[in-house]
Amino acid sequence: MAQGNGQSGNGQGGIGTKVSDNLREGMEKTKGAVQGTQLWSSIFRPGSIFRQGYNDSPRNRSYVIMNNVLYHLHPVKVKRHAVKVSYTLCLGGLSFFLFILLTVTGIFLMFFYRPTAAQAWNDIKTLETAVTFGSLVRNMHRWAAHLMVISVFLHMTRVFYHGAYKPPREFNWVIGVILLLLTLLLSFTGYLLPWDQLALWAVTVGTNMGGFTPVFGDEVKFVLLGSREISSDTLLRWYVLHVLFFPFIIVIFMAVHFWRVRKDGGISGPL
Amino acid sequence: MTEVPEHLLRRSRERRKALGLPVEGDDGDDAAPEASAEGGEPAAPAPAPAAPAPAASGGGGGALFEDLSQKTGVPAHLLERSARRRSQLTGEPMPGGGDAGGEVAPAAAAATAVATAPAPIAAGPDGHTHRLLTVVKAGSIQQTKASPVDKVHTWPHLLVFEFTALLAVTAVLTIFSALVRAPLLELADPNLTPNPSKAPWYFLGLQEILTMFHPMVAGVLFPGYGLLALGAAPYLDKNPKNNPRDRKFAVALFTVFIVAAAILAIIGSFFRGPGFNFTYPWADGVFFDL
Repeated sequence: MAQGNGQSGNGQGGIGTKVSDNLREGMEKTKGAVQGTQLWSSIFRPGSIFRQGYNDSPRNRSYVIMNNVLYHLHPVKVKRHAVKVSYTLCLGGLSFFLFILLTVTGIFLMFFYRPTAAQAWNDIKTLETAVTFGSLVRNMHRWAAHLMVISVFLHMTRVFYHGAYKPPREFNWVIGVILLLLTLLLSFTGYLLPWDQLALWAVTVGTNMGGFTPVFGDEVKFVLLGSREISSDTLLRWYVLHVLFFPFIIVIFMAVHFWRVRKDGGISGPL
Repeated sequence: MTEVPEHLLRRSRERRKALGLPVEGDDGDDAAPEASAEGGEPAAPAPAPAAPAPAASGGGGGALFEDLSQKTGVPAHLLERSARRRSQLTGEPMPGGGDAGGEVAPAAAAATAVATAPAPIAAGPDGHTHRLLTVVKAGSIQQTKASPVDKVHTWPHLLVFEFTALLAVTAVLTIFSALVRAPLLELADPNLTPNPSKAPWYFLGLQEILTMFHPMVAGVLFPGYGLLALGAAPYLDKNPKNNPRDRKFAVALFTVFIVAAAILAIIGSFFRGPGFNFTYPWADGVFFDL
């Protein structure tokens, strides 16, 4: 990093170089001072955190991945070009991370929410005003949900422009389209839960469209709403869909999606 | 019965002989106990101590096997051994006038091998105890299809980026959430329809189409066929190239789709006011909640 700064400073001229040199010198000095302290050397004494000390060898780099159930989603080695952020823009990984974040914040919200027409809106009002961090977590859940729709959509766009949907990955593209649909459904079912005017009427518009399904429009609408009109039954139904059914389904499809990424030869490209 | 490797047995016999101890099975029938122990396989070979190498007992067959070896590419001593074994099993004389088989086969069958006769042995010319089963040409089993790929370790090269990215997103999201409140309007009232009533933003493109088409077309057929077409894209697009420069049509089509969806969603979000009529956000304000 320091090297990069120095080089860009050279490009800009004398003053930049001097500033960055001073900066680097200062950083080196601070680094030496910190690492020379008793505290630092006792915390980072070899064998203090990692009992054997961490020896950076190819073998140990492999073990980091192999011996961890989460990292094991990845292969031990990846193509060099796959590491470039400019290729994937991290969009798929971020979609997955946002899903995890939504699960965590969603579980928090479930402690304070009852899915009935009489209680739902009041529970959210209480959550916002009387629960520690309630407002922050609700906001995070909402914004992360919108962000996930965007990131999944952008991920699909990225994959299309890279032609990564072509053989052998064509079936994984189909899984991806299903995941996009499931993401939209998760977002849409969550939209009703605050039980405010925005929720009620957005869902009314949406389900009215579903009611125009050819041949069995009325049946589709009834299944969606659990009654003739949006009611407490609809709220319960969409709540269960939102917190259990769709997460369950989407996790299965995500598992297949990630598994196929590896089975189909890792990330596509380079172009 | 534990199987003791032949070379150890042989070494043991030699050592006992050297020490002047009685050697078991040294009285001329050393092939017998092995043969009977192995369930009646008549020609089960047991190594005779200090047996002469088979090449030495080959007699006049050497030249024949050399010729055959030239033709087939199989080493001569293997051909010879195979022929001897065959002659033992069938009782026919060995090709090339070898006399070993004819003598040994009946002797082994009776389990009374004469010590002076060259006993059938499992060891090759240099004392090798393994046997060549088949010769497979390298090309038929070693097909290298994958070319080497330039790879790096996932830890640290990939995980570091992923960790940084998720930290950055968490930070941005937390700060944004601390600053911007998620909307919570008044309690839902089925008797009070807000004007305009809008779907969530990702469906606003469809709601925009709803102003132009019958609800069945805009709300069901359009998104339905759209998703189907999207899912079928890899099966419709047969061009194997990956680079956008080599597939201008697909890229153009997809770009049109994306841009159209974005424009419709933006119009639906910001340019539609009461009655879902067209408005300018700078003139009449924004009728949009996330």
